[in-house]
Parts: sequence; C-alpha cells; structure tokens
Amino acid sequence: MATSGAPALALEDVTCRFAGRDGGAPYTAVASTTLRVAAGEFVSVVGPTGCGKSTLLNVAAGLLAPSSGVVDIYGERLVAANGVNRRAGYMFQADALMPWRTGIDNVIAGLEFRGVSRAEARRQGDDWLRRVGLAGFGDRYPHQMSGGMRKRLALAQTLILSPDILLMDEPFSALDVQTRQLMENELLALWAEDRKSVLFITHDLEEAIALSDRVVVLSAGPGTHPIGDFRIDLPRPRDVSEIRMTPAFLALHKEIWSAMKEEVLKAYQQQKVA
Amino acid sequence: MRLRVLQFAVFAVLILLWHLFTTPGLIPPFYFDRDNAAAFFFGEPVKVFWTTVDWFWSGEIFVHLGVTLLETVLGFFIGAVSGLGVGLWLALSNTASAVMEPYIKGFNSMPRVVLAPIFAVWFGLGIWSKVALGVTLVFFVVFFNVYQGVREVSPTLLANARMLGASRWQLLRSIYLPSAMSWVFASLHNAVGLAFVGAVVGEYLGSSQGVGYLILQAEGTFDINTVFAGIIVLTAFALVLDAIVGVIERSLMTWQPKTSETEKI
Repeated sequence: MATSGAPALALEDVTCRFAGRDGGAPYTAVASTTLRVAAGEFVSVVGPTGCGKSTLLNVAAGLLAPSSGVVDIYGERLVAANGVNRRAGYMFQADALMPWRTGIDNVIAGLEFRGVSRAEARRQGDDWLRRVGLAGFGDRYPHQMSGGMRKRLALAQTLILSPDILLMDEPFSALDVQTRQLMENELLALWAEDRKSVLFITHDLEEAIALSDRVVVLSAGPGTHPIGDFRIDLPRPRDVSEIRMTPAFLALHKEIWSAMKEEVLKAYQQQKVA
Repeated sequence: MRLRVLQFAVFAVLILLWHLFTTPGLIPPFYFDRDNAAAFFFGEPVKVFWTTVDWFWSGEIFVHLGVTLLETVLGFFIGAVSGLGVGLWLALSNTASAVMEPYIKGFNSMPRVVLAPIFAVWFGLGIWSKVALGVTLVFFVVFFNVYQGVREVSPTLLANARMLGASRWQLLRSIYLPSAMSWVFASLHNAVGLAFVGAVVGEYLGSSQGVGYLILQAEGTFDINTVFAGIIVLTAFALVLDAIVGVIERSLMTWQPKTSETEKI
C-alpha cells in the first residue's frame, strides 16, 4: 500500500544493547534494524522465539530507548525520555488488565487518565464492550472471565482511545486455536472499519500471513535484524480460517518459510546449548 | 458448622483441664506438695471468669480498657499511615531507598522495646509514650510490606497504564496503591497485635491507667486470677480489632478471586 508522506511508524537503524548480567558481555538484542509501517498498513513481524521481537515493539512504543537509531511517528521524532508514544496503542502478550477493576472500568481506564467525564467514558465503554462481544459482562472482574474474554477486553481497552498506530505483541498466543481464529477475524473486522497502522508481532507464520499486508522476517538473535520482507496480496476481506486453505496462501507460506527455516533452526540450536 | 463445634470442643477441653488441675481438693496434688499451690501459680478458671464479669459489671475495667484501646488504635493508625507513606516514597524513589537502606535495616534489627524507657522520658507517663512505642513496632511491619508490594507490581501492568496515558500521579493511584493493598492488609493483621504489645509493654513500664497497669498491680499482690483475667480481656479485644481489619479488607478487596470460585465463561 503506497502512501504519500511520512510513514506512520519508522524505526531507522535501531540497535538495542543490554548490559550483560553480572558484569558479563553486553547482549545485542536488535542490530541496525530499519522497519517502516505506512499509514493504514498491517505489518506482521515474525521470527524465532527469543529473537528480540518484543524489544522492537517496546522501542516503537517509547517504553524503551534504543541504544542507537531513531523512531519517527508520522515524521515526528520519538524520544523515550519524554514519555511514551502517545499515538500508539499497545496490546501486550501477558495479561495487562487491572485485576481490581471491573471489565467496564478496565475498558475506560485510558479515557479516565485523559480526564474524560465518567458518564461519557461509560457511554463509550459500553459501546466498545458491545463491539468486542462483551455486552453485559462489564461488571465482571477479569478473573471471572475466560482467556478469550480477557483478550477482547484488552482489545477494547486499547481501541477505545482510537490510536493511530496499534502495536500488538503476540496478543493471541495464549489462546486455543479456535478462540484464536475467532479473535483474529474480529481484529480484522475492527481494523477494516478505520484502517489503523498495525505492527503485529508473532512467532506464528500462518497468523502473520492471514492478517497482514506485509510480513517481515527477523533473523535469530543475538543481533536480530530483518532478513526478508514479503508483500501479502491476498484479497480482503479475509476469513483467517478459510484463507489458510487457498493455494495463494500456501505458496506464500512456502516462500516465507524457506527464508525463515534456517533462522528457526539456528535459534533452536542456541536454546539447546544455553 | 462442624468446624465451629470442634473449635469450641478444644476450648472446652482446655478450660476443663485447667479447672481440674488447679481447683484445690478436686484431684490429689501430684507435683506440688500443697493442695492450693497449683491455684496459686496458675489461677482458677472459675475465679478468672468471675473477676472478668465483675470488672465489666462494676464498670471498673472500662476506663482502663478505654485507655489501652486508645493507645493501641492511635499507635496502629499513626504507624500504619506513616509506614504506608514512607514505604511508597522509598519504593518509588531509587535514590532515597539506596540512601536510607542501612538506617532502615538498623532500626528494624534493633529490639525496639528498649526504646520504651526513653519514650517514657520524652513523652511522660501518659498515653503518648505508649503510642510512640506502638508506632515504632507497627511502622516497620507496614513499611516493609508496602515496600515489597510496590516493588512487585507487574511491569506489564505499569507499561500498559503508561501506554493508556497515565501520569505519575495516576500510576500511583490506579496501579501502585491497589497493587500494594493486598500486602498492606496482610501486614495490618500483624500490626494490630504489635500495637497492643506497644500499649501493654508501655503500661508495664510506668502508667497509672490501662489494662497493662491492672495486670502489673495484680502481679504485685500475687493475684494470678486477675492477671489471667487481664490477659483474656486483652486477647478478646485484639481479636475484635483484627476482625474489624478483616471486615475492612473484605469490603475493599472484593475483586480478589476466591479460591473456591469457579471461572465463569
């Protein structure tokens, strides 16, 4: 999807190095990575486990300052010391709901932080609960909900602020296959309504292809960097469970997997040694 | 219900044994050489009971109990609030906690009951020397729990709140405080007991009122029954205060999952 103007999100030559544990050698998680997401584009980043995918996302969110390199948001420089990326919403891999707040209070937390009046926040919150299929569950606490419901709640919590950029860190990896496909379809439906820019991190290649406009493959760590960039020109709207059966999907899968396979094996070897 | 019956049975058996072994002439003495020696050393449950009843009937106990409870509650509140405040401050400020760490450790390791005579000099023999002792005992329990609780706040939860736009103050109010609350309440149950210790030990060392004073007077005349009555009254009211903390805890922590509760889907 070619767009004029600055990309929604641009990581330029980003390197992240962490101090070694107990005075050991520093660990380079991400090395000279350049990654751009155009406005309205759905980009997935796939890579072997432990390759620094989440690090990249934290850099894009402004939660982590890169050792070198810069992040531009719609052409504006993001400086982590000045606070987080205000135009981005972040959906975490782990449960990030506040367990002491009910469903509705979790959904409207962001509005509350922004000083929106309670009545207005509740009105929008109820609307979002309905949109993610949780109407009538607003007064439940997170621990009274299933894993899938909690993910929907987290999705509503993020989307209610209508962020221009959506950062998603393996949001559905903890769900069973059926729930996961349901959630993927719901995400696509919600995304199709107003076409945010999405940076979606996953280790699941099928999920990446089914959802995205573009799939970026990362190398195994340490010193992770992109090694492949694939355009996914499957027609939309898509049904993630059906699209997996189409020949075009399978061809793409084969092509990207051949680029990825070596890195996955490398990561596996490293884990066995460690 | 069955549990309550068993709990009461344990109580009944203990009292019965106490009664059997101490009442003069009920069973032949087998350890002491005199019949009433056991009663002299261990008191008699029946007399303890009537002493207690008499205290409440005549109203003599109320002024003493009131003083002790006032000291306990003041020590508890001042200690808990300052422990919460300082705990939050040090947990959120790395510099402050690094600077204060050796002092905190030192004060915590110190047997703080030795401060009681100093407090008596500083604050006199009224209630404030007892409150001060209670505060030093309560403060550290609450402080360490708050400190630990804030340090253990889930980083994901914090990052999420920051991404949702929370300011520092909002993070404190919406994440740190509620997250530390379960730790705080765990410590408050201990703190109630310690506040009582502060009050009673303080009264022991010098006072003219309070249940500790009553016990001290009774000990002076070898009136063991009154000593036991005092202990029982103190225990009962410590349980009452602990129950009040429990009620407040349950009303504030409704969100916590109960172990028996199944997950509704």
